[in-house]
Amino acid sequence: MESVNAKYVSQKISKTRWRPVSHSSLQQPDIFATGSWDNENNKISFWSIGNHGSSDMEDGFEGDPQLLCEHKHDGDVLDLQFLDQDRIVTTSSTGAVTIFRHHQNSETISVSQSWPRVHRYPCDNAPCTGVVCSSPEIVTVGEDGKIIVFRADQEGVVRVIENADSSTIHAVTYLRTTEILTVNSIGQLKLWDFRQQSNSPSQILSLSGDRVPLHCVDRHPNQQHIVATGGQDGMLCVWDVRQGSTPFSLMEAHSAESGVRH
Amino acid sequence: MEELDVEPAITNIPAASDGKHLGFAWGPGDILAYETLYKASSGAKGSGCSFIHEVRKDEDIYSPILRKLFNESHHIFVGLQTIREDLPNKNKKPQFVSISKNYRSVIRACMEELQQVAVSTKDAKVSMQYGNQVSILLAIELIWNLCEVLFIDAAPAGSLLLHLLDWVRLHKADVDEKAREVLQSESPAEHHDYWDVVVSYVLQGRLEEARQMLVKQATLQPAARNMYKLMDTLLTKMPFYNPGGTQTLTEFDVKWRNWHEEVDRCLQDNSFASNRHLEIICRILVGDEDMLLDHKELLGTWYHFLVTRLLFSHPTVKPTELHYYAQSCMTMFLDSRNVPEPLDNILLAAFEFDIHQVIKDCSIALNNWWFVAHLTDLLDHCKLLQSHNLHFGSNLREFLLLEYASGLFTHHSLWQLAVDYFDHCPEFGRVYLELQIERVPLDTERKALKVLRICEQRQMSEQVRSICKIMAMRALRNNRLGSALSWSIRAKDAAFATLISERFLQDYCARGTFSDLDLIDNLGPAMLLSDRLTFLGKYREFHKLYGEKRFSEAAKLLLSLMTAKIAPRSFWMTLLTDALPLLEQKETPNHSQLGCPDHYPHQI
Repeated sequence: MESVNAKYVSQKISKTRWRPVSHSSLQQPDIFATGSWDNENNKISFWSIGNHGSSDMEDGFEGDPQLLCEHKHDGDVLDLQFLDQDRIVTTSSTGAVTIFRHHQNSETISVSQSWPRVHRYPCDNAPCTGVVCSSPEIVTVGEDGKIIVFRADQEGVVRVIENADSSTIHAVTYLRTTEILTVNSIGQLKLWDFRQQSNSPSQILSLSGDRVPLHCVDRHPNQQHIVATGGQDGMLCVWDVRQGSTPFSLMEAHSAESGVRH
Repeated sequence: MEELDVEPAITNIPAASDGKHLGFAWGPGDILAYETLYKASSGAKGSGCSFIHEVRKDEDIYSPILRKLFNESHHIFVGLQTIREDLPNKNKKPQFVSISKNYRSVIRACMEELQQVAVSTKDAKVSMQYGNQVSILLAIELIWNLCEVLFIDAAPAGSLLLHLLDWVRLHKADVDEKAREVLQSESPAEHHDYWDVVVSYVLQGRLEEARQMLVKQATLQPAARNMYKLMDTLLTKMPFYNPGGTQTLTEFDVKWRNWHEEVDRCLQDNSFASNRHLEIICRILVGDEDMLLDHKELLGTWYHFLVTRLLFSHPTVKPTELHYYAQSCMTMFLDSRNVPEPLDNILLAAFEFDIHQVIKDCSIALNNWWFVAHLTDLLDHCKLLQSHNLHFGSNLREFLLLEYASGLFTHHSLWQLAVDYFDHCPEFGRVYLELQIERVPLDTERKALKVLRICEQRQMSEQVRSICKIMAMRALRNNRLGSALSWSIRAKDAAFATLISERFLQDYCARGTFSDLDLIDNLGPAMLLSDRLTFLGKYREFHKLYGEKRFSEAAKLLLSLMTAKIAPRSFWMTLLTDALPLLEQKETPNHSQLGCPDHYPHQI
């Protein structure tokens, strides 16, 4: 079994994402991004674990992530997604959505585009809890129960679904190019079809019985109708969206809240 | 209250103008100061200053490098607490020693990193600040190491000196640097620092290395070959106590005295008279104090002098005898011009085995409770602290841990570490945690959930209710009724659930339709939390049944709602109005029931 490396980075990390590699190359990804939270000054950072040809790496430090560059971030980084090879979208606890660009030759990060305060209440900011993208489209969800659709390189928002949910939406994922799935804190999965103009979900699924908040969701990489969700009680559920409004498989994975990634 | 032994330090607030009166208020880890007038007089002139100054005592917790120290030592602390209690103490000693070494290695790692930044940064202020932190950490590690040798390892006579030698060698690294420089030069034996290096090695008891260096000199002076051979023999034959061997302390003592006499004889015979340097070395070997004091710059500190003096005059020193020698060495080394610094006093207290004095002096000298809290905790585990009831009710260990953890709680990020520290304070930890955890700022739901998880794990139901109520109020204020209801259900707060249901019902009365149907339709068993909530759920169900034209069931439900008396008074008119169309329905078989006067109490 390969060894596990641990490195203290002096900040609390909320999310990490591997940078996508092009499908033609067969390499494993070697660069990942992290976002921090709960610090006085939060930041996003890029790290590399590949050998960059430096010969002075001792054996014990192989695979130790090296910091490439970082940039400060306003508010906690609640979610992070790569838009393409160079750009990454972050969502903040201040309700802002920002696109950062990683300049690989100079190893710097700059803000490419930002939409401040898109998630908000009438007199306060609302944390933006989740983002998913399928370049150039970006979809975000927040504690204000809104679903907002953006396009990279376009100012302003493309579409807002107000009151999509009466409770906090915790996570979102694409089911098909025009359909998304959200999970909320009263244990419901909602399917939204963007081809329809109405502001209500096309389908609602939930676990009968206890309304356990669902914290994360992800789709099966090959089968579009199978999704998995992680709940507050540590339960992992696998659902079939086409049939039934209850999950077909339940697993007790953790003793507390967890995250799901395929 | 005890009198302070030192004058309190004065901090200037540069932004406050001269001569102004300052008012202040205590915070958990800092003071807020503001300009004010001493007496509110009607002739007050000039505009008030609109600034509030925050004066912080402990800057260290905000340093990104020192943060590693706090995190890693927290890890070691938690590991220490879980050592099994039932093993006899002597089996636990190696574990305690290894934990002590872990703490020290963490300190050293931080020190190295700080040193790197201090050297490489271009900002002079940062460089100075980091340089200061490095020297503080050096002192801390020195004290900790000595405490480990004397208290935790508690070496008996014989091994005691060997440990002290290690201690001194570890903290006098410049010898190796100088030696490297000398050896890398073209002709080491002629380097101007050569003899300094040799003497330093001898002073530290590193006789093997001293001999290797002397060989280089010996080859340069073939005429003095015999003298060098004699010195080499003396250096080789010096006995060192072997704790693991079969030799007892008395046998070692005898051997050592014989050797000592031999060295003395060489001195009396003037065997080294023609070579000044070898004569110096011989005098050192015989333990000549004046000769040792002549080399003050090479020794550097009085405790080095102490250990060297013991090495060459009383290698079988007992722990209880240490403090006589320590006191006299300090007096001899520091002449009348030098005043002992706080560090010297702390080390002296350690040699006197006065643990409480060590802890007290360290608490005053350092601006952060980290060191004393962890050291005291470790010493307490070794059962070395007498239970010493302080005025405030808890023992010393708990007091220091509580102070340290309270300081951590003020940090926006390190508060999570403090929770574990409170957990291991049996008397007051829980109370402190209950008070502090409610004050963690909750900006996002994610953070609130983390805090809630901590409270739920410790069955702090009061705090759970309080936090959920805060989140629910916030959601209510932003008109997020679904979120608010979710929070009150989590807290099992019936009163709040009632309040929110009232809002829903008011909404309905105002607009004629329900909002947030996805929530109300899916209340599930949570509906039973409060009467009003149950009514809301059932009333919505009634509307659904009516919409699906299942009139008989709708009527039955409406009837049960009226009879169960869970409907709020304001809603009775509405319920009656809802009953009207049902009465007109020809299919409903329950006409008679609806028309029955018993079901309509006189209050209408």
